[in-house]
Amino acid sequence: MQSVPRIHRIGLLSGLSVALALTATIGIGSLGLKHFDRAFVWYAVGSVLAAFAVGYRFAVWAQRPPSRMYFLRGFQLLFKRTCAGLNVRARLDKVHSWTPRCADSLHPDPLPQREGIRHTATRQGARDRFAETQRSIPPLPWGEGRGEGERSVVQPEVTSEPATLVLAKSLATNFAAQEFIRRRSLYRWIMHLCLSGGCTLAFAITFPLVLGWVHFESFPDNAEKYRAFIFGFAAASFDVHSAAAFVAFNLLNFSAVLVTVGLIMAAIRRVTDAGERATQKFAEDILPLLLIFAVTATGLMLTVSYKFLAGRGHAVIAVAHLLSVLALLAYIPFGKLFHMFQRACSLCVSIYKSAAESDARASCGRCGEDFASAVHVADLKIVLDQLGFDYRFATPRGEIHYQDICPPCRRRLLALNQGRTLHR
Amino acid sequence: MTANYEFFIDPSRCIGCQACVQACGECETHRGHPMIHLDYVDRANSVQTVPVVCMHCEDPTCAKVCPAEAIRKDDHGIVHSASKPRCIACSNCVLACPFGVPKMESRYELMMKCDMCYDRTSRGRKPMCATVCPSGALYYGPREYVEQQRREKPVNEFQFGRQTVRTKVNMMTAPGIKALPFDVADFLPFEALDDDPLSLARSGARDAGDLAVWDLGEKEVEEEIIAG
Repeated sequence: MQSVPRIHRIGLLSGLSVALALTATIGIGSLGLKHFDRAFVWYAVGSVLAAFAVGYRFAVWAQRPPSRMYFLRGFQLLFKRTCAGLNVRARLDKVHSWTPRCADSLHPDPLPQREGIRHTATRQGARDRFAETQRSIPPLPWGEGRGEGERSVVQPEVTSEPATLVLAKSLATNFAAQEFIRRRSLYRWIMHLCLSGGCTLAFAITFPLVLGWVHFESFPDNAEKYRAFIFGFAAASFDVHSAAAFVAFNLLNFSAVLVTVGLIMAAIRRVTDAGERATQKFAEDILPLLLIFAVTATGLMLTVSYKFLAGRGHAVIAVAHLLSVLALLAYIPFGKLFHMFQRACSLCVSIYKSAAESDARASCGRCGEDFASAVHVADLKIVLDQLGFDYRFATPRGEIHYQDICPPCRRRLLALNQGRTLHR
Repeated sequence: MTANYEFFIDPSRCIGCQACVQACGECETHRGHPMIHLDYVDRANSVQTVPVVCMHCEDPTCAKVCPAEAIRKDDHGIVHSASKPRCIACSNCVLACPFGVPKMESRYELMMKCDMCYDRTSRGRKPMCATVCPSGALYYGPREYVEQQRREKPVNEFQFGRQTVRTKVNMMTAPGIKALPFDVADFLPFEALDDDPLSLARSGARDAGDLAVWDLGEKEVEEEIIAG
């Protein structure tokens, strides 16, 4: 075990615990396998294996420096509620430690303009004036030439919402309503709602049944009345001929219809959208659709077989359905569909952004423009160090980190440095 | 036919015509959203502009700092836009890129960036921006052509302080330079100037650096005409 890197040890441990937890709920939910349906044994095995893989993959991913930073900050903010927990102010001193002090010695390198003039205490004034002129320059239209999203509007004394409220809002708008996809494209929003809604509904029905958490019993005196048991506790009872029973028995078929609509829309997009056609990869973009299609199609065929064909071909279709479900479960942890778990990080980002909004801002060391939150810049420096990137410039006046220069100024510096080599 | 074509940028040739910006918006992978950056270098003092496309780093910082594994570099060395299902709009890539390339589309909660017109270059066509650039600031073609026709030499290595960044896209620079050295200190305004930066503005005709050209609304223009 010692030879296994720490990241994978934690991954294995996490995978094992998730798989064990699931196994335990099978045991408990089915009252010691009393209500576990043996026909579902391979589905259950597949689920436990998928749970292991998801736990493993999630833990390995969450340990990458940038993901770990967001999860760490997310939890800190959730429990401390303010940015104060991040020690922004204390760390800011470090961030701006390179700011030149006035009346310093001559710059040893040739300066691009006015070489060798001794700077005096007016430098601070020049800096302020420069920042002022930069601000007075008409900005380019949003999204053109800048690219850092919306221009920040300085809002003094904004108190951020509590992290729990931000979390709840983010869950509602991003996870349930998937608002951000609607803003990207209405077509994709409908498509994604059909796919994610349909699949979630289908999993919400099948998992509890397969794992033995839910089972049905008929009343001893009335076989036409069913009672549902959840984790062994009697829940709702209904007549098998009632509307509620019809919905309950066919909900999986409804979800299949929903998924089919989503699949058709996705297939049309994959075939007609030139941009997608250029960039899509089979394993990443096509395979998940094929797998979901296989599960949906074989599932619907089972219904057709027992309802309209007197059960003809049922055994073969059942095996096909089992295989397709196992393939889908195996694909989830490693392919595109893992984004449903990775989205958890977006909750942390929402909390982080909301807290950072009302806190100190980072202004560009060159143009003075406010370009990000100070805590974000400081955290990114840590992440870059952890990743082995070192964008620090040693100057006679101390260290300058490229993170303290705003992205538009980095683009300008590209031209300025290139021009200098060409003596232009 | 175009397998050995490479991208060459020379900001010193840029005339700021915006053709690349318009053409970029036509790219199929980000229709309607130009991804190329065209910035004034020092708008108060000069008309110099700089076009910046993604440099497609060999070891892309943007992909490494992405918490959601949304940015992918493919076998051709192209660093792609953030994967739509994965991007969580944290802006790490926007802040970390040494060239200032990725754009955060806040409305879509999605990072978008130049992918060297993958829909075109993957089929042997030139990227939109290089197709329309009239001054050769953006050029996509064989290396031999550039070496024959230009005095400047292409480099694809950049030295940001202690960090060396190697890229797929080339930058034209003086002969003899192996890695384009970046200097920050000398370009910090409060280091280089000890008085009003506008005092360095060029005299004579109004140009893009002259705010008045851009600031005048219709009414003010009329007033100016009336005033003679």
